[in-house]
Amino acid sequence: MTFSRHPSLWIGLGATGVFALLALVSLVWTPYPIAEIDIARRFQGPSAAHWLGTDFFGRDMASLVMSGALTSFVVAALAVAIGAGIGIPLGLAAASYGGPMEWLALRLSDFIFAFPALIVAILITALFGPGAINAIVAIGIFNIPVFARVARGGSLTIMSLDFIDAARLAGLGSWAIAWRHLLPNILALIIVQATIQLSLGILAEAGLSYIGLGTQPPATSLGLMLKDAQSLFMLHPFLSLVPGVAIVVIVIALNLAGDGLRDALDPRLRRQGAPHAAA
Amino acid sequence: MHQVKVVGYLNPATCTVLHPPPCGEGEGGGGRTIRLPMILFLIRRFLGFAVTLFIAAAVIFFLLDLLPGDPARFILGINASAEAVANLRTQLGLDAPPLTRFFAWVGGMLTGDFGTSVTQRAPVAALIGERLWVSLPLALMAMVLSVAIGLPLGIAAARRRGSLIDTGLMVLAQLGIAIPNFWFGMLLALLFAVVLRWLPPGGFTPWQENPLAAFTSLVLPSLALALPQAAILARVMRTALVEVTGQDFIRTARAKGMTMGEAVWRHGVRNALLPVVTILGLQFAFLVAGVIIVENVFYLPGLGRLIFTAISERDLVLVRGITIVLVIGVTFTMLVTDLVYALVDPRLREGGQR
Amino acid sequence: MPLLEVTGLTVGFGEVESVGDVSFAIDSGERFGLIGESGSGKTLTALAVTGLLPENARRSGLIAFDDAPLPENERALARLRGKRIGMVFQEPMTALNPLMRVGAQIAEALALTDTPGDVGALLEEVGLEPRHAGRYPHQLSGGQRQRVMIAMALASQPDLLIADEPTSALDLVTQAKVLDLIAELCTRRGMALLFISHDLKAVARLCERVAVMHRGQIVETGATGEILGAPREDYTRKLVAASQLHLYADAGPPAGPVLLETEGLTRRYRQPGTWFLAGKPLTAVDAVTFSIHRGESVALVGPSGSGKTTLARMLVGLDKASDGRIHFEGETYTGADLPAHLRRDLSLVFQDPFGSFDPRLTVAASLAEPLRLLPAMSAAERDQRVNDAIEAVGLPAAMLTRYPHEFSGGQRQRLAIARALVTRPKFIVLDEPVSALDVSIRGEILALLMQVRRDYGLTYLIISHDLDMVRAIAGRVLVMQAGRIVEEGTPEAVFAAPKHALTRELVAARMPDLD
Repeated sequence: MTFSRHPSLWIGLGATGVFALLALVSLVWTPYPIAEIDIARRFQGPSAAHWLGTDFFGRDMASLVMSGALTSFVVAALAVAIGAGIGIPLGLAAASYGGPMEWLALRLSDFIFAFPALIVAILITALFGPGAINAIVAIGIFNIPVFARVARGGSLTIMSLDFIDAARLAGLGSWAIAWRHLLPNILALIIVQATIQLSLGILAEAGLSYIGLGTQPPATSLGLMLKDAQSLFMLHPFLSLVPGVAIVVIVIALNLAGDGLRDALDPRLRRQGAPHAAA
Repeated sequence: MHQVKVVGYLNPATCTVLHPPPCGEGEGGGGRTIRLPMILFLIRRFLGFAVTLFIAAAVIFFLLDLLPGDPARFILGINASAEAVANLRTQLGLDAPPLTRFFAWVGGMLTGDFGTSVTQRAPVAALIGERLWVSLPLALMAMVLSVAIGLPLGIAAARRRGSLIDTGLMVLAQLGIAIPNFWFGMLLALLFAVVLRWLPPGGFTPWQENPLAAFTSLVLPSLALALPQAAILARVMRTALVEVTGQDFIRTARAKGMTMGEAVWRHGVRNALLPVVTILGLQFAFLVAGVIIVENVFYLPGLGRLIFTAISERDLVLVRGITIVLVIGVTFTMLVTDLVYALVDPRLREGGQR
Repeated sequence: MPLLEVTGLTVGFGEVESVGDVSFAIDSGERFGLIGESGSGKTLTALAVTGLLPENARRSGLIAFDDAPLPENERALARLRGKRIGMVFQEPMTALNPLMRVGAQIAEALALTDTPGDVGALLEEVGLEPRHAGRYPHQLSGGQRQRVMIAMALASQPDLLIADEPTSALDLVTQAKVLDLIAELCTRRGMALLFISHDLKAVARLCERVAVMHRGQIVETGATGEILGAPREDYTRKLVAASQLHLYADAGPPAGPVLLETEGLTRRYRQPGTWFLAGKPLTAVDAVTFSIHRGESVALVGPSGSGKTTLARMLVGLDKASDGRIHFEGETYTGADLPAHLRRDLSLVFQDPFGSFDPRLTVAASLAEPLRLLPAMSAAERDQRVNDAIEAVGLPAAMLTRYPHEFSGGQRQRLAIARALVTRPKFIVLDEPVSALDVSIRGEILALLMQVRRDYGLTYLIISHDLDMVRAIAGRVLVMQAGRIVEEGTPEAVFAAPKHALTRELVAARMPDLD
């Protein structure tokens, strides 16, 4: 897996790593505390003191971006964890047991597909009020059928191979087979899908925060920054450029990493049912 | 807003029914599954659609029912007398047990009555209908634009695979996928409305007053929605086309006397459209959500504004109504996609499950 | 003046040369066979001749069709190909566009070359009915699809028909019929034939002249009788010997008491139907009753879909019978309820060497897996067993740390046999043990199976459609059709005087011996 063979993989992973690192660092340090308001310094462009300028409260944009990126990563990652944690066992069970189990899993998947993250977020907000948790749960729920389908599709392909029967002959039960044979062989598919869902999660979180259903102040997220910038974007477009570009760059990095992973891990992945669109 | 990219698993080849009995390879064997005429297939899918909607309605209703607080008191205010509140509750039908209220709601919806908004004192159906005049055309325009831009670009990239044009288009596509549609909307507004002043930056004149003005105020928002979708479609189209090119039946077509280009065009494109149709269906479902967000950027009086008002004012009837309408929209497009898929791919019409 | 003349053809990809300096000529109306195993470059040669090589292939050498070199222009080449050459490929399912009706695909071939003709007439010529034109490919059987391919190839009334392994994916009886069809068509239409195959007997049956290819080179060329009857080159000799398997006399231990017995064994499937109406049940195995004695080597033959594999799966405990029972060494079970202590006595060797091992596990781990049925073993004993097993099949124990993809097909089949031996079973079911292997390797694997049987005192049930292999290694034959055993006896008796119609068909479909 040298660099020259898989440039997109390493560029993508590298860029993602850099952003993730910046985001993590924001937990302990940012150039300026994000709560620090200084009206006198507001609407400044990039300068030596403020690398990305300041917003309408005089807060340092660079700090906001670092912190906001952290929120975005955390929300997206937790949503992937929910989706994978519930979806993969569901998909494996559907493939391994078939029959009514599979039917139920498929119907459940289809049903959840009818509830895009936005609608779930709306319902949760109506019940509990807005917050980052809403975004996590809403995006997470929608990730479940995605991972279930990938797990099931990949498993079905593998189950058509004889070594699964050989394992049965050796006395392994369905769960033992799923754990020992299915999971390792679909891992590549799942990893690729996880990177995609991560990038989608970041976009989704941005959207939800933008309309006020996600992260709430005093916490910050890239979407929230865009919401704040909305009312003034005609006068001070820079405020909306910074978080927007940040989102774009992070998402591109994740997508590159995902594409690269898919190409590098296994060219046979496509035949096993890997995502089409991210080709 | 939320764009799904997973599709490989929706390839019918990996979704076949489990435990197929051994299939005869001898003469005259043919498929062993029972042949369903198209009608039965349609009925089956439609019934599935209805059941999904019913369950969705139940989930929405009972979830929102959990909400603490009394809508009647909320309307009348803190100082209202207990008697007045009780009267209003009876009037609004809030006394009845939950199951009765649920069926009353569902029954009402089947006749077009989505209830009456508590805060706006108007039939929910009318309120929604009014906003649909904005949201629906927006969604449709975005859909049409994304197909019109995305598919040709994808085909162009596939035909010139490996060339500079192909790389360039795919780089653009990467960019397109990563851009949040609402942010793109802001940028478009900045460019076309503020700098160039060609189009309005926001607001909406009703169709009845000035169709042209209504249309122009939808151009930027639909572009904002369409471009990321188009990027995805271009990628899917390209991948599908490239993959199809490697298939055996393309070789057969060439053996019959076609050049590669002719073979791909006559045989490949139709097969490549299968995954594209699937993605299209999913994308439209998310367009529905995206519309709500983009409306915010351009201050359009669509469903988005309505639902946020409803949430902040705790108008549950309205929230319920809009949510179920959104779910209906999403489910309906998935149904249509399924049908189109079955129309295009004869293999799916035979009894198997998906 | 030959119809097709190939001189010094070389095809390569990057650094690798797949076809080197190949020369041959085919006269008008002549039937020419190209024999080779997988990797010999035979398909690439055919693709080169028709201009269908992949984009990244480089080609040099002269190819002349009807005394004129192949046109460089893609369009002209395509039109020439369409008009004068017809091609039939190996996998009929993927070679047809799944979204188009077969009639439309044939009609397209007619329209492309401006040939007057009738789709219905073409279908009849290949043994189908005009009504099949309205079907989609997935609604036809493998044999029918191949006939459609042939009809498409014939549509333009070509001078040369190229058939690349046209029958490998079909069952024995259909194979014979399709080959006969090709022969008849060539005679009737005066077409030349380039027949590419690994099956020497098929080539011998159809072709007047043959060339043998090995690793991209032509080894020898000449009249069929000479080359196959008295081969000059070593490789050809090896191929000929492999297709004339020596009869392995039943040199195993003498048949003893009954080891395994079935009684009215039945397996029914419910078809997926519409919502509330279940589909008609399909009876894959129908009240099968037979017994196998200790030390025997019994073959189960029949066309695909006859239920052989379903039966085998029930015997080893992978599937549950709907009716009937199985008795093994005095104990009774119905399939999936095979008791754990019996499972170690029954093993299965699968057909496809490439799917039978988990690519993520080392060979050692895969071989040790069945030892879970023997929990009382210590780790040291386990290792010893695994070592013994791999050495018993002729591979060094050092290879245990490798991964499946590092082995060839033949080696993997040896590993599959090793895995079947590791629990020291009494009874092994072998499902088409050599059909997926190259012809030249089959002999070795069969010899290994016979040896292992002697050494370990095993009883075999061999499932096959290959009657020659059956005659070579089985002492008794059971013929199965549509879930029932329709005939039984020693191979000699059954093949010499078949009683049942199916058996007669199978015997008739066997290619005549090479002398």
